[in-house]
Amino acid sequence: MRKLSDNMDTEALQKSFDEKIEKDIKIEPKDWMPVEYRKTLIRQISQHAHSEIVGMLPEGNWITRAPTLRRKCILIAKVQDEAGHGLYLYCAAETLNITREEMTEQLLSGKAKYSSIFNYPTLSWADMGAIGWLVDGAAIINQIPLCRTSYAPYARGMVRICKEESFHQRQGFDILLTLSRGSAEQKAMAQDAINRWWWPSLMMFGPPDNESPHTIQNMKWKIKRFTNDELRQKFVDMCAQQVEVLGLQIPDPDLKWNEERGHYDFGPINWDEFWNVVKGNGPCNKERMAARIKAHEDGEWVRAAALEYARKEAAGLTGKQSEKATIKK
Amino acid sequence: MNESNTIDYLMLLADSSLIMGQRLSEWTGHGPMLEQDIAITNISLDTIGQARYFYQLAAARLNEKSGNADVTEDTLAYLRDAHQYKNLLLVELPNGDWGQTILKIFFYAHRQKLMYEKLSGSADAEIAGIASKALKEVEYHVSWSSDWVKRLGDGTQESHDRMTKALEYLWPYTGEMFVPATYEKNFLENEFSFDVLKQGWLDKVSGILTEATLSLPPADTYMHTGGKTGVHTEYLGYILAEMQFLQRAYPGCEW
Ligand SMILES: [Fe+2]
Ligand SMILES: [Fe+2]
Repeated sequence: MRKLSDNMDTEALQKSFDEKIEKDIKIEPKDWMPVEYRKTLIRQISQHAHSEIVGMLPEGNWITRAPTLRRKCILIAKVQDEAGHGLYLYCAAETLNITREEMTEQLLSGKAKYSSIFNYPTLSWADMGAIGWLVDGAAIINQIPLCRTSYAPYARGMVRICKEESFHQRQGFDILLTLSRGSAEQKAMAQDAINRWWWPSLMMFGPPDNESPHTIQNMKWKIKRFTNDELRQKFVDMCAQQVEVLGLQIPDPDLKWNEERGHYDFGPINWDEFWNVVKGNGPCNKERMAARIKAHEDGEWVRAAALEYARKEAAGLTGKQSEKATIKK
Repeated sequence: MNESNTIDYLMLLADSSLIMGQRLSEWTGHGPMLEQDIAITNISLDTIGQARYFYQLAAARLNEKSGNADVTEDTLAYLRDAHQYKNLLLVELPNGDWGQTILKIFFYAHRQKLMYEKLSGSADAEIAGIASKALKEVEYHVSWSSDWVKRLGDGTQESHDRMTKALEYLWPYTGEMFVPATYEKNFLENEFSFDVLKQGWLDKVSGILTEATLSLPPADTYMHTGGKTGVHTEYLGYILAEMQFLQRAYPGCEW
Protein backbone atom coordinates (compact mmCIF):
# COMPACT_ATOMS: atom_id res chain seq x y z
CA MET A 1 0.00 0.00 0.00
CA ARG A 2 2.73 2.37 1.12
CA LYS A 3 4.61 1.75 -2.11
CA LEU A 4 1.57 2.52 -4.21
CA SER A 5 0.89 5.85 -2.51
CA ASP A 6 4.54 6.80 -2.93
CA ASN A 7 4.19 6.18 -6.62
CA MET A 8 1.08 8.26 -6.77
CA ASP A 9 2.81 11.07 -4.92
CA THR A 10 5.70 10.90 -7.32
CA GLU A 11 3.36 11.03 -10.24
CA ALA A 12 1.61 14.08 -8.88
CA LEU A 13 4.91 15.74 -8.11
CA GLN A 14 6.24 14.96 -11.56
CA LYS A 15 3.11 16.43 -13.06
CA SER A 16 3.42 19.65 -11.13
CA PHE A 17 7.12 19.84 -12.00
CA ASP A 18 6.32 19.38 -15.69
CA GLU A 19 3.70 22.09 -15.46
CA LYS A 20 6.15 24.52 -13.96
CA ILE A 21 8.66 23.82 -16.70
CA GLU A 22 5.94 24.20 -19.29
CA LYS A 23 4.87 27.57 -17.87
CA ASP A 24 8.42 28.80 -17.38
CA ILE A 25 8.05 28.88 -13.61
CA LYS A 26 11.49 28.54 -12.06
CA ILE A 27 12.37 25.52 -9.94
CA GLU A 28 13.58 26.46 -6.46
CA PRO A 29 15.87 24.29 -4.26
CA LYS A 30 13.05 23.21 -1.93
CA ASP A 31 10.81 22.13 -4.84
CA TRP A 32 10.51 18.51 -5.82
CA MET A 33 12.51 17.64 -8.94
CA PRO A 34 13.23 14.44 -10.87
CA VAL A 35 16.40 12.64 -9.81
CA GLU A 36 17.87 12.94 -13.30
CA TYR A 37 17.15 16.67 -13.46
CA ARG A 38 19.01 17.17 -10.19
CA LYS A 39 21.90 15.02 -11.38
CA THR A 40 22.15 16.86 -14.67
CA LEU A 41 22.18 20.21 -12.92
CA ILE A 42 24.81 19.15 -10.42
CA ARG A 43 26.96 17.92 -13.26
CA GLN A 44 26.50 21.03 -15.34
CA ILE A 45 26.80 23.64 -12.59
CA SER A 46 29.80 22.03 -10.92
CA GLN A 47 31.49 21.60 -14.29
CA HIS A 48 30.83 25.25 -14.93
CA ALA A 49 32.26 26.20 -11.51
CA HIS A 50 35.36 24.08 -12.10
CA SER A 51 35.84 25.79 -15.46
CA GLU A 52 35.85 29.20 -13.78
CA ILE A 53 38.46 28.04 -11.29
CA VAL A 54 40.74 26.21 -13.71
CA GLY A 55 40.20 29.13 -16.08
CA MET A 56 42.03 31.37 -13.63
CA LEU A 57 45.29 29.57 -14.40
CA PRO A 58 46.02 30.39 -18.05
CA GLU A 59 45.40 34.09 -17.48
CA GLY A 60 46.95 34.09 -14.04
CA ASN A 61 50.06 33.02 -15.90
CA TRP A 62 50.50 36.57 -17.28
CA ILE A 63 49.65 38.65 -14.22
CA THR A 64 53.25 39.13 -13.13
CA ARG A 65 54.28 39.97 -16.71
CA ALA A 66 51.48 42.36 -17.68
CA PRO A 67 53.02 45.19 -19.74
CA THR A 68 51.57 48.20 -17.90
CA LEU A 69 50.27 48.79 -14.39
CA ARG A 70 46.81 49.52 -15.72
CA ARG A 71 46.70 46.26 -17.71
CA LYS A 72 48.05 44.42 -14.70
CA CYS A 73 45.25 45.69 -12.47
CA ILE A 74 42.61 44.89 -15.07
CA LEU A 75 43.97 41.37 -15.49
CA ILE A 76 44.19 40.70 -11.75
CA ALA A 77 40.63 41.95 -11.30
CA LYS A 78 39.48 39.78 -14.17
CA VAL A 79 41.03 36.62 -12.81
CA GLN A 80 39.57 37.51 -9.43
CA ASP A 81 36.12 37.86 -11.05
CA GLU A 82 36.48 34.31 -12.32
CA ALA A 83 37.12 33.16 -8.74
CA GLY A 84 33.92 34.98 -7.79
CA HIS A 85 32.05 33.19 -10.57
CA GLY A 86 33.34 29.87 -9.32
CA LEU A 87 32.16 30.77 -5.85
CA TYR A 88 28.58 31.70 -6.91
CA LEU A 89 28.35 28.55 -8.96
CA TYR A 90 29.60 26.26 -6.20
CA CYS A 91 26.99 27.88 -3.95
CA ALA A 92 24.28 27.32 -6.57
CA ALA A 93 25.30 23.67 -6.86
CA GLU A 94 25.28 23.29 -3.08
CA THR A 95 21.54 24.05 -3.08
CA LEU A 96 21.17 20.69 -4.85
CA ASN A 97 22.64 18.80 -1.91
CA ILE A 98 26.26 18.41 -2.81
CA THR A 99 29.08 19.98 -0.81
CA ARG A 100 31.92 22.06 -2.15
CA GLU A 101 34.34 19.48 -0.73
CA GLU A 102 32.66 16.73 -2.76
CA MET A 103 32.82 18.83 -5.91
CA THR A 104 36.47 19.72 -5.32
CA GLU A 105 37.26 16.08 -4.78
CA GLN A 106 35.56 15.23 -8.10
CA LEU A 107 37.63 17.85 -9.90
CA LEU A 108 40.92 16.80 -8.36
CA SER A 109 40.34 13.10 -8.90
CA GLY A 110 39.62 13.79 -12.58
CA LYS A 111 36.05 12.53 -12.27
CA ALA A 112 34.54 15.92 -13.03
CA LYS A 113 35.31 17.76 -16.23
CA TYR A 114 36.00 21.42 -16.88
CA SER A 115 35.99 23.39 -20.08
CA SER A 116 38.70 22.00 -22.39
CA ILE A 117 39.71 25.44 -23.59
CA PHE A 118 41.72 25.98 -20.43
CA ASN A 119 44.04 23.14 -21.38
CA TYR A 120 45.63 25.37 -24.00
CA PRO A 121 48.72 27.39 -23.09
CA THR A 122 48.98 31.19 -22.89
CA LEU A 123 52.14 31.88 -24.86
CA SER A 124 52.13 35.63 -25.29
CA TRP A 125 50.54 38.76 -23.88
CA ALA A 126 48.20 38.80 -26.86
CA ASP A 127 46.63 35.63 -25.49
CA MET A 128 45.10 37.80 -22.74
CA GLY A 129 43.35 39.67 -25.51
CA ALA A 130 42.34 36.57 -27.45
CA ILE A 131 41.00 34.84 -24.35
CA GLY A 132 38.97 37.87 -23.35
CA TRP A 133 37.58 38.37 -26.81
CA LEU A 134 37.04 34.75 -27.87
CA VAL A 135 36.81 32.65 -24.72
CA ASP A 136 34.83 35.10 -22.62
CA GLY A 137 32.91 35.93 -25.79
CA ALA A 138 31.96 32.29 -26.28
CA ALA A 139 31.13 32.02 -22.59
CA ILE A 140 28.72 34.94 -22.89
CA ILE A 141 26.91 33.37 -25.82
CA ASN A 142 26.66 30.11 -23.91
CA GLN A 143 25.59 31.82 -20.72
CA ILE A 144 23.09 34.49 -21.74
CA PRO A 145 20.42 31.84 -22.35
CA LEU A 146 21.33 30.32 -18.98
CA CYS A 147 20.04 33.49 -17.28
CA ARG A 148 16.62 32.02 -18.15
CA THR A 149 17.48 28.44 -17.27
CA SER A 150 14.79 26.58 -15.34
CA TYR A 151 16.67 26.15 -12.07
CA ALA A 152 16.36 29.44 -10.18
CA PRO A 153 19.68 29.64 -8.25
CA TYR A 154 21.61 28.82 -11.43
CA ALA A 155 19.69 31.45 -13.40
CA ARG A 156 20.27 34.08 -10.70
CA GLY A 157 24.00 33.31 -10.58
CA MET A 158 24.23 33.62 -14.34
CA VAL A 159 22.72 37.09 -14.38
CA ARG A 160 25.53 38.43 -12.21
CA ILE A 161 28.17 36.45 -14.06
CA CYS A 162 27.08 37.56 -17.53
CA LYS A 163 27.45 41.22 -16.64
CA GLU A 164 31.07 40.67 -15.67
CA GLU A 165 31.80 38.45 -18.66
CA SER A 166 30.83 41.21 -21.03
CA PHE A 167 33.35 43.50 -19.33
CA HIS A 168 35.96 40.80 -19.81
CA GLN A 169 35.16 40.50 -23.45
CA ARG A 170 35.47 44.24 -24.01
CA GLN A 171 38.76 44.35 -22.12
CA GLY A 172 40.12 41.47 -24.20
CA PHE A 173 39.03 43.11 -27.40
CA ASP A 174 40.70 46.33 -26.26
CA ILE A 175 44.00 44.49 -25.73
CA LEU A 176 43.83 43.12 -29.27
CA LEU A 177 42.80 46.47 -30.70
CA THR A 178 45.77 48.18 -29.06
CA LEU A 179 48.13 45.50 -30.36
CA SER A 180 46.62 45.62 -33.84
CA ARG A 181 47.34 49.35 -34.00
CA GLY A 182 50.83 48.93 -32.58
CA SER A 183 54.15 47.81 -34.03
CA ALA A 184 54.45 45.07 -36.63
CA GLU A 185 55.62 42.71 -33.91
CA GLN A 186 52.60 43.50 -31.77
CA LYS A 187 50.24 42.99 -34.69
CA ALA A 188 51.85 39.63 -35.43
CA MET A 189 51.52 38.71 -31.76
CA ALA A 190 47.79 39.47 -31.90
CA GLN A 191 47.26 37.50 -35.10
CA ASP A 192 49.16 34.52 -33.72
CA ALA A 193 46.99 34.52 -30.60
CA ILE A 194 43.80 34.56 -32.67
CA ASN A 195 45.17 31.74 -34.82
CA ARG A 196 45.73 29.59 -31.78
CA TRP A 197 42.51 30.41 -29.88
CA TRP A 198 39.97 30.49 -32.70
CA TRP A 199 39.29 26.79 -33.23
CA PRO A 200 39.39 25.80 -29.56
CA SER A 201 36.86 28.60 -28.93
CA LEU A 202 34.48 27.09 -31.46
CA MET A 203 34.83 23.78 -29.65
CA MET A 204 33.68 25.43 -26.41
CA PHE A 205 30.07 25.02 -27.55
CA GLY A 206 30.44 21.27 -27.35
CA PRO A 207 30.05 18.52 -29.96
CA PRO A 208 27.74 18.98 -32.94
CA ASP A 209 24.03 18.51 -32.22
CA ASN A 210 23.88 15.07 -33.80
CA GLU A 211 26.58 13.85 -31.40
CA SER A 212 25.45 15.65 -28.27
CA PRO A 213 23.74 13.05 -26.10
CA HIS A 214 22.20 15.36 -23.47
CA THR A 215 20.91 18.14 -25.67
CA ILE A 216 17.36 16.91 -26.26
CA GLN A 217 16.54 16.16 -22.63
CA ASN A 218 18.21 19.38 -21.45
CA MET A 219 16.17 21.42 -23.90
CA LYS A 220 13.01 19.70 -22.67
CA TRP A 221 13.87 20.61 -19.11
CA LYS A 222 14.69 24.13 -20.26
CA ILE A 223 18.12 23.85 -18.70
CA LYS A 224 19.37 24.55 -22.20
CA ARG A 225 17.57 26.93 -24.53
CA PHE A 226 19.58 26.60 -27.74
CA THR A 227 21.55 23.74 -29.26
CA ASN A 228 25.34 23.68 -29.43
CA ASP A 229 25.34 24.34 -33.16
CA GLU A 230 22.92 27.26 -32.86
CA LEU A 231 25.12 28.91 -30.25
CA ARG A 232 28.28 28.22 -32.23
CA GLN A 233 26.76 29.89 -35.29
CA LYS A 234 25.86 32.97 -33.26
CA PHE A 235 29.44 33.17 -32.04
CA VAL A 236 30.92 32.86 -35.53
CA ASP A 237 28.58 35.56 -36.81
CA MET A 238 29.58 37.89 -34.00
CA CYS A 239 33.33 37.35 -34.35
CA ALA A 240 33.38 37.51 -38.14
CA GLN A 241 32.17 41.10 -37.88
CA GLN A 242 34.26 42.16 -34.91
CA VAL A 243 37.51 40.90 -36.43
CA GLU A 244 37.11 43.50 -39.19
CA VAL A 245 37.49 46.26 -36.61
CA LEU A 246 40.77 44.69 -35.57
CA GLY A 247 42.01 44.47 -39.12
CA LEU A 248 43.10 40.91 -38.35
CA GLN A 249 42.05 37.57 -39.78
CA ILE A 250 40.09 34.61 -38.52
CA PRO A 251 42.17 31.55 -39.49
CA ASP A 252 39.48 29.89 -41.59
CA PRO A 253 39.63 30.06 -45.42
CA ASP A 254 36.02 28.84 -45.58
CA LEU A 255 34.63 31.65 -43.50
CA LYS A 256 32.24 33.69 -45.64
CA TRP A 257 28.86 35.32 -45.50
CA ASN A 258 26.02 33.16 -46.78
CA GLU A 259 23.26 35.43 -48.00
CA GLU A 260 20.73 32.62 -48.20
CA ARG A 261 21.23 31.38 -44.65
CA GLY A 262 21.76 34.85 -43.24
CA HIS A 263 24.81 33.49 -41.44
CA TYR A 264 28.52 33.05 -41.95
CA ASP A 265 29.60 29.64 -43.24
CA PHE A 266 32.69 28.22 -41.65
CA GLY A 267 35.09 25.33 -42.15
CA PRO A 268 35.10 21.92 -40.48
CA ILE A 269 36.13 21.68 -36.84
CA ASN A 270 38.79 19.18 -35.87
CA TRP A 271 36.76 17.10 -33.43
CA ASP A 272 39.60 14.61 -33.00
CA GLU A 273 41.57 17.36 -31.37
CA PHE A 274 38.60 18.22 -29.15
CA TRP A 275 38.13 14.64 -27.93
CA ASN A 276 41.84 14.28 -27.37
CA VAL A 277 41.91 17.33 -25.14
CA VAL A 278 38.83 16.08 -23.29
CA LYS A 279 40.60 12.78 -22.74
CA GLY A 280 43.55 14.53 -21.16
CA ASN A 281 45.89 14.89 -24.11
CA GLY A 282 45.73 18.66 -24.43
CA PRO A 283 48.90 20.69 -24.15
CA CYS A 284 48.28 21.71 -20.51
CA ASN A 285 45.88 19.17 -18.97
CA LYS A 286 48.55 17.88 -16.64
CA GLU A 287 49.80 21.32 -15.64
CA ARG A 288 46.30 22.61 -14.90
CA MET A 289 45.38 19.65 -12.72
CA ALA A 290 48.77 19.71 -11.01
CA ALA A 291 48.28 23.39 -10.15
CA ARG A 292 44.83 22.76 -8.66
CA ILE A 293 46.07 19.76 -6.70
CA LYS A 294 49.05 21.71 -5.40
CA ALA A 295 46.88 24.62 -4.27
CA HIS A 296 44.57 22.17 -2.53
CA GLU A 297 47.33 20.24 -0.82
CA ASP A 298 49.34 23.32 0.15
CA GLY A 299 46.16 24.76 1.61
CA GLU A 300 45.36 21.70 3.71
CA TRP A 301 47.17 22.88 6.85
CA VAL A 302 45.66 26.35 6.47
CA ARG A 303 42.11 25.02 6.34
CA ALA A 304 42.82 22.68 9.24
CA ALA A 305 44.18 25.55 11.33
CA ALA A 306 41.17 27.74 10.54
CA LEU A 307 38.81 24.97 11.59
CA GLU A 308 40.70 24.26 14.77
CA TYR A 309 40.85 27.93 15.66
CA ALA A 310 37.10 28.28 15.08
CA ARG A 311 36.53 25.32 17.38
CA LYS A 312 38.74 26.83 20.07
CA GLU A 313 37.09 30.18 19.69
CA ALA A 314 33.65 28.67 20.16
CA ALA A 315 34.89 26.89 23.28
CA GLY A 316 36.60 30.01 24.65
CA LEU A 317 40.01 28.33 24.43
CA THR A 318 41.95 30.70 22.19
CA GLY A 319 45.18 32.38 23.24
CA LYS A 320 46.25 29.60 25.58
CA GLN A 321 49.56 28.20 24.55
CA SER A 322 49.46 25.55 27.29
CA GLU A 323 46.27 24.12 25.86
CA LYS A 324 48.00 23.23 22.65
CA ALA A 325 50.35 20.77 24.24
CA THR A 326 47.50 18.85 25.80
CA ILE A 327 45.15 18.75 22.81
CA LYS A 328 47.76 17.51 20.37
CA LYS A 329 45.94 15.41 17.84
CA MET B 1 61.64 71.65 0.62
CA ASN B 2 64.01 69.85 -1.71
CA GLU B 3 61.97 68.32 -4.53
CA SER B 4 64.33 65.41 -5.04
CA ASN B 5 63.69 64.27 -1.47
CA THR B 6 60.00 64.22 -2.26
CA ILE B 7 60.51 62.22 -5.44
CA ASP B 8 62.77 59.74 -3.65
CA TYR B 9 60.26 59.42 -0.87
CA LEU B 10 57.43 58.85 -3.37
CA MET B 11 59.54 56.11 -4.96
CA LEU B 12 59.97 54.46 -1.59
CA LEU B 13 56.21 54.45 -1.08
CA ALA B 14 55.38 53.43 -4.64
CA ASP B 15 58.06 50.77 -5.08
CA SER B 16 57.26 49.14 -1.75
CA SER B 17 53.56 48.91 -2.53
CA LEU B 18 54.12 47.75 -6.10
CA ILE B 19 56.51 44.97 -5.18
CA MET B 20 54.22 43.93 -2.34
CA GLY B 21 51.29 43.74 -4.76
CA GLN B 22 53.36 42.00 -7.42
CA ARG B 23 54.34 39.30 -4.95
CA LEU B 24 50.80 38.89 -3.62
CA SER B 25 49.43 38.55 -7.14
CA GLU B 26 51.44 35.35 -7.42
CA TRP B 27 48.77 33.84 -5.13
CA THR B 28 45.90 34.60 -7.51
CA GLY B 29 44.45 31.26 -8.56
CA HIS B 30 46.53 29.32 -6.04
CA GLY B 31 45.06 30.27 -2.65
CA PRO B 32 44.18 27.73 0.05
CA MET B 33 40.46 28.42 -0.36
CA LEU B 34 38.44 30.37 -2.85
CA GLU B 35 37.31 33.11 -0.46
CA GLN B 36 40.88 33.75 0.63
CA ASP B 37 42.17 33.66 -2.93
CA ILE B 38 39.76 36.51 -3.56
CA ALA B 39 40.78 38.33 -0.37
CA ILE B 40 44.53 38.23 -0.99
CA THR B 41 43.94 39.28 -4.58
CA ASN B 42 42.06 42.30 -3.25
CA ILE B 43 45.03 43.26 -1.15
CA SER B 44 47.27 42.87 -4.17
CA LEU B 45 44.99 45.16 -6.16
CA ASP B 46 44.87 47.70 -3.33
CA THR B 47 48.63 47.89 -2.96
CA ILE B 48 49.28 48.13 -6.70
CA GLY B 49 46.58 50.79 -6.83
CA GLN B 50 48.35 52.77 -4.11
CA ALA B 51 51.64 52.40 -5.95
CA ARG B 52 50.03 53.81 -9.08
CA TYR B 53 48.84 56.93 -7.27
CA PHE B 54 52.32 57.59 -5.94
CA TYR B 55 53.98 56.92 -9.31
CA GLN B 56 51.49 59.16 -11.07
CA LEU B 57 52.16 61.94 -8.62
CA ALA B 58 55.93 61.54 -8.98
CA ALA B 59 55.59 61.49 -12.78
CA ALA B 60 53.51 64.67 -12.76
CA ARG B 61 56.07 66.47 -10.63
CA LEU B 62 59.02 65.27 -12.67
CA ASN B 63 57.32 66.35 -15.88
CA GLU B 64 56.42 69.69 -14.39
CA LYS B 65 60.01 70.27 -13.47
CA SER B 66 61.47 69.20 -16.82
CA GLY B 67 58.74 70.68 -18.96
CA ASN B 68 58.45 67.35 -20.80
CA ALA B 69 55.79 64.70 -20.56
CA ASP B 70 58.00 61.66 -20.89
CA VAL B 71 57.67 60.26 -17.38
CA THR B 72 54.67 58.05 -16.65
CA GLU B 73 53.70 55.56 -13.98
CA ASP B 74 54.89 52.89 -16.38
CA THR B 75 58.31 54.36 -17.17
CA LEU B 76 58.87 54.55 -13.42
CA ALA B 77 57.74 51.00 -12.75
CA TYR B 78 59.06 49.29 -15.86
CA LEU B 79 62.20 51.13 -16.88
CA ARG B 80 64.16 51.45 -13.66
CA ASP B 81 66.64 48.78 -12.63
CA ALA B 82 66.96 47.13 -9.23
CA HIS B 83 69.48 49.60 -7.83
CA GLN B 84 67.03 52.42 -8.55
CA TYR B 85 64.19 50.68 -6.74
CA LYS B 86 63.73 51.93 -3.18
CA ASN B 87 61.32 49.36 -1.79
CA LEU B 88 61.72 47.72 1.58
CA LEU B 89 63.52 44.39 1.51
CA LEU B 90 60.58 42.83 3.36
CA VAL B 91 58.23 43.09 0.39
CA GLU B 92 60.54 41.48 -2.15
CA LEU B 93 61.05 38.29 -0.15
CA PRO B 94 59.40 35.19 -1.59
CA ASN B 95 55.83 34.48 -0.50
CA GLY B 96 56.76 31.14 1.01
CA ASP B 97 53.74 29.34 2.42
CA TRP B 98 50.43 30.99 3.27
CA GLY B 99 51.63 31.70 6.80
CA GLN B 100 54.77 33.50 5.67
CA THR B 101 52.77 35.60 3.23
CA ILE B 102 50.22 36.46 5.91
CA LEU B 103 52.94 37.53 8.29
CA LYS B 104 54.58 39.67 5.60
CA ILE B 105 51.27 41.45 4.99
CA PHE B 106 50.72 41.74 8.73
CA PHE B 107 54.04 43.50 9.41
CA TYR B 108 53.74 45.74 6.40
CA ALA B 109 50.07 46.67 6.82
CA HIS B 110 50.48 47.64 10.47
CA ARG B 111 53.36 49.90 9.51
CA GLN B 112 51.47 51.33 6.51
CA LYS B 113 48.52 52.15 8.71
CA LEU B 114 50.67 54.23 11.08
CA MET B 115 52.51 55.89 8.18
CA TYR B 116 49.35 56.75 6.28
CA GLU B 117 47.77 58.15 9.42
CA LYS B 118 50.72 60.52 9.70
CA LEU B 119 50.89 61.26 5.99
CA SER B 120 47.19 62.05 5.71
CA GLY B 121 48.05 65.14 7.72
CA SER B 122 51.08 65.98 5.57
CA ALA B 123 51.73 69.54 4.42
CA ASP B 124 51.95 68.10 0.90
CA ALA B 125 48.24 68.07 0.11
CA GLU B 126 48.50 65.60 -2.76
CA ILE B 127 50.40 63.06 -0.70
CA ALA B 128 47.97 63.62 2.15
CA GLY B 129 45.07 62.91 -0.21
CA ILE B 130 46.51 59.62 -1.42
CA ALA B 131 47.39 58.58 2.11
CA SER B 132 43.93 59.17 3.49
CA LYS B 133 42.35 57.23 0.63
CA ALA B 134 44.82 54.38 1.13
CA LEU B 135 44.24 54.37 4.85
CA LYS B 136 40.79 52.84 4.51
CA GLU B 137 42.18 50.01 2.43
CA VAL B 138 45.07 49.41 4.76
CA GLU B 139 42.78 49.19 7.76
CA TYR B 140 41.21 46.17 6.11
CA HIS B 141 44.64 44.66 5.41
CA VAL B 142 45.47 45.11 9.07
CA SER B 143 42.37 43.41 10.36
CA TRP B 144 42.42 40.62 7.77
CA SER B 145 46.07 39.76 8.35
CA SER B 146 45.75 40.07 12.13
CA ASP B 147 42.86 37.60 12.13
CA TRP B 148 44.92 35.18 10.10
CA VAL B 149 47.97 35.55 12.34
CA LYS B 150 45.79 34.58 15.31
CA ARG B 151 44.15 31.72 13.44
CA LEU B 152 47.43 30.26 12.28
CA GLY B 153 49.49 30.98 15.39
CA ASP B 154 46.84 29.54 17.66
CA GLY B 155 45.37 26.95 15.26
CA THR B 156 46.98 23.53 15.04
CA GLN B 157 50.44 22.48 16.15
CA GLU B 158 51.53 22.46 12.51
CA SER B 159 50.26 25.96 11.83
CA HIS B 160 51.87 27.20 15.03
CA ASP B 161 55.21 25.70 14.01
CA ARG B 162 54.98 27.15 10.53
CA MET B 163 54.23 30.59 11.94
CA THR B 164 57.16 30.34 14.31
CA LYS B 165 59.41 29.60 11.35
CA ALA B 166 57.95 32.44 9.30
CA LEU B 167 58.45 34.80 12.22
CA GLU B 168 62.11 33.83 12.50
CA TYR B 169 62.58 34.35 8.79
CA LEU B 170 60.78 37.67 8.42
CA TRP B 171 61.56 39.42 11.68
CA PRO B 172 65.09 40.52 10.64
CA TYR B 173 63.51 42.43 7.74
CA THR B 174 61.14 44.48 9.91
CA GLY B 175 63.76 46.82 11.35
CA GLU B 176 64.30 48.59 8.03
CA MET B 177 60.81 50.07 8.24
CA PHE B 178 61.96 52.24 11.14
CA VAL B 179 65.40 53.28 9.98
CA PRO B 180 64.81 56.35 7.82
CA ALA B 181 66.88 56.96 4.71
CA THR B 182 68.32 60.46 4.43
CA TYR B 183 65.77 61.54 1.80
CA GLU B 184 63.00 60.12 3.96
CA LYS B 185 64.13 62.06 6.99
CA ASN B 186 64.48 65.19 4.89
CA PHE B 187 61.05 64.84 3.38
CA LEU B 188 59.37 64.22 6.68
CA GLU B 189 61.39 67.13 8.15
CA ASN B 190 61.36 65.42 11.47
CA GLU B 191 57.58 65.73 11.41
CA PHE B 192 57.57 62.71 13.60
CA SER B 193 59.93 60.43 15.35
CA PHE B 194 60.74 57.04 13.89
CA ASP B 195 61.26 55.76 17.41
CA VAL B 196 57.68 56.65 18.28
CA LEU B 197 56.51 55.05 15.03
CA LYS B 198 58.43 51.90 15.84
CA GLN B 199 57.04 51.76 19.37
CA GLY B 200 53.50 52.20 18.11
CA TRP B 201 54.03 49.38 15.60
CA LEU B 202 55.67 47.12 18.15
CA ASP B 203 52.83 47.59 20.63
CA LYS B 204 50.20 46.59 18.06
CA VAL B 205 52.17 43.75 16.51
CA SER B 206 53.42 42.20 19.71
CA GLY B 207 49.93 42.33 21.23
CA ILE B 208 48.52 40.29 18.37
CA LEU B 209 51.48 37.91 18.21
CA THR B 210 51.00 37.20 21.92
CA GLU B 211 47.31 36.56 21.37
CA ALA B 212 48.38 34.21 18.60
CA THR B 213 50.56 32.39 21.16
CA LEU B 214 53.66 33.33 19.18
CA SER B 215 56.67 34.71 20.97
CA LEU B 216 58.51 37.80 19.83
CA PRO B 217 62.07 37.23 18.61
CA PRO B 218 64.79 38.72 20.81
CA ALA B 219 65.07 42.51 20.83
CA ASP B 220 68.70 42.38 19.69
CA THR B 221 67.95 40.40 16.50
CA TYR B 222 70.15 41.59 13.62
CA MET B 223 68.17 43.72 11.17
CA HIS B 224 68.83 43.87 7.41
CA THR B 225 68.70 47.20 5.62
CA GLY B 226 69.54 48.52 2.17
CA GLY B 227 66.31 48.47 0.19
CA LYS B 228 65.56 52.13 0.73
CA THR B 229 68.85 53.10 -0.88
CA GLY B 230 68.73 50.54 -3.69
CA VAL B 231 70.80 47.72 -2.23
CA HIS B 232 68.46 44.76 -2.50
CA THR B 233 68.29 41.02 -2.03
CA GLU B 234 68.87 38.77 -5.04
CA TYR B 235 65.13 38.33 -5.34
CA LEU B 236 64.36 41.78 -6.69
CA GLY B 237 66.30 41.26 -9.93
CA TYR B 238 64.10 38.29 -10.79
CA ILE B 239 60.92 40.12 -9.89
CA LEU B 240 61.86 42.97 -12.21
CA ALA B 241 63.06 40.67 -14.99
CA GLU B 242 59.63 39.08 -15.03
CA MET B 243 57.61 42.22 -14.48
CA GLN B 244 59.47 44.38 -17.00
CA PHE B 245 59.99 41.78 -19.71
CA LEU B 246 57.52 43.11 -22.29
CA GLN B 247 58.52 46.74 -21.89
CA ARG B 248 62.16 45.79 -22.24
CA ALA B 249 61.72 43.37 -25.16
CA TYR B 250 59.49 45.72 -27.16
CA PRO B 251 60.57 49.21 -26.17
CA GLY B 252 58.43 52.22 -26.87
CA CYS B 253 55.18 50.39 -27.58
CA GLU B 254 51.63 51.11 -26.48
CA TRP B 255 49.98 48.23 -24.67
FE1 LIG C 1 33.70 33.65 -15.63
FE1 LIG D 1 35.33 35.93 -17.70
